Amino acid sequence: MNFIFLGYVDLVLASLLLLISGLLSISLRLGLEKPLGVAALRMVVQLTLISWVLKELFAMVSPWWTAAAALLMLLFAGREVVARQRRKLAGLWTYGLGTASMMLAGTIVTGLVLTTQIRPEPWFDPRYALPILGMILGNTMNGVSLGLDRLLTAVGRERVAVEARLALGHHRAEAFRPLLRDACRTGLMQIVNSMSAMGLVFLPGMMTGQILAGIEPLEAVKYQILIMFLIAGANGIGVIVAVFAAMRRLTDNRHRLRLDHLVAAQD
Amino acid sequence: MLKVRGLTRPGLGPIDLDLSKGECVALTGQSGAGKTLLLRAIADLDPNDGQVMLKGAAREETPAPEWRRRVSYFAAESGWWEDTVAAHFADVEAARRLLPALGLGPQALNWRVDHLSTGERQRLALVRLLVQSPPVLLLDEPTSALDADTAKAVETEIKKRCEDGAAILIVTHDGEQIKRLAGRRLHMKSGRLREQQA
Repeated sequence: MNFIFLGYVDLVLASLLLLISGLLSISLRLGLEKPLGVAALRMVVQLTLISWVLKELFAMVSPWWTAAAALLMLLFAGREVVARQRRKLAGLWTYGLGTASMMLAGTIVTGLVLTTQIRPEPWFDPRYALPILGMILGNTMNGVSLGLDRLLTAVGRERVAVEARLALGHHRAEAFRPLLRDACRTGLMQIVNSMSAMGLVFLPGMMTGQILAGIEPLEAVKYQILIMFLIAGANGIGVIVAVFAAMRRLTDNRHRLRLDHLVAAQD
Repeated sequence: MLKVRGLTRPGLGPIDLDLSKGECVALTGQSGAGKTLLLRAIADLDPNDGQVMLKGAAREETPAPEWRRRVSYFAAESGWWEDTVAAHFADVEAARRLLPALGLGPQALNWRVDHLSTGERQRLALVRLLVQSPPVLLLDEPTSALDADTAKAVETEIKKRCEDGAAILIVTHDGEQIKRLAGRRLHMKSGRLREQQA
């Protein structure tokens, strides 16, 4: 395998591109230079740190340390989901639902791919388990946070319609049907769009990275297709579970709408 | 037929109330007195405590959706969730038969919800509820958006339901309507109920 080695100067050169955006933002007074700079800095620091962590974890190949790293990733993903909500379930419910749905989706999908398609030895080898889980979580996190945000903001607006159905004797899932459909669609929109345009409009980052690293395009494409199925599958499970669980939390066992379980998110 | 004992929720009660088969009872009181809270609590739409029984069967023993099909609450503000009127009816034929009684033509089922006037919404929402023929009706100002003639048509239908054996609790501010419809009048003040001469 012949891959082109990247030096630090190469990365600094690439960062100049971001500098152009920053300078444009300053001259046009868009106020984007600070968030752009902070986000870029975070990205560099976080990725550098994770490269050290991954190096250590890869060397150890311990099931416990791998599980601990996976759990930590999951908890961070849960926090991100909460941070993106305009309205939240009171207490720790948004965090709990978001994290639990991602844990379910991540475990099923990562477990499946590690034991069937990829089959590393041992199956929990962090070199395979953690990158796959990370990719799945990153995407599922987006879907879950969008889906939940859609449901939690729509339910206040659609209160009268939902209650009209409950008053007519509809089951809570029936009364919520249009909202559930809309929230799930919103949560899955990104992955549907992404799969539809892939290969035509853009080449995904992972595949491009593999090709740049010297892998044959056909092999890289096979991996990409596998990854997309994993991501889409996890997204579907995560979004649907999170949205339906949130619906149950927004109602009670007497099929009443419980908007008192909802609070405005603090900015 | 409907028996309420010690019904409470924040801002309401304790309330004791009996509705007999075929009886129409008017519920009056100032805005904010708790009339809507009472109707919603009986229909079990908000958390509440106390005993509510229909024909001797306790509310808790009946699944909530089933309870609300029997003890049906009609909200002052109607809710819609599909684009066309017909999509809101499980039994479109039954709705079509009932429309003329409330002064609406059969074409009303083809109307778009966002084009409906307030009065049309109110009557269509009532049709939506009445086609289910609930034995108990909790009506929150069902004629508030209607002109006098249309309101009379609605009253006639309400009367007919009473004669057919339904028990009705109706919130209204219209003294004449109370005389025309109700056998009894209850007055609500600060969440408490008082019987008044009809």
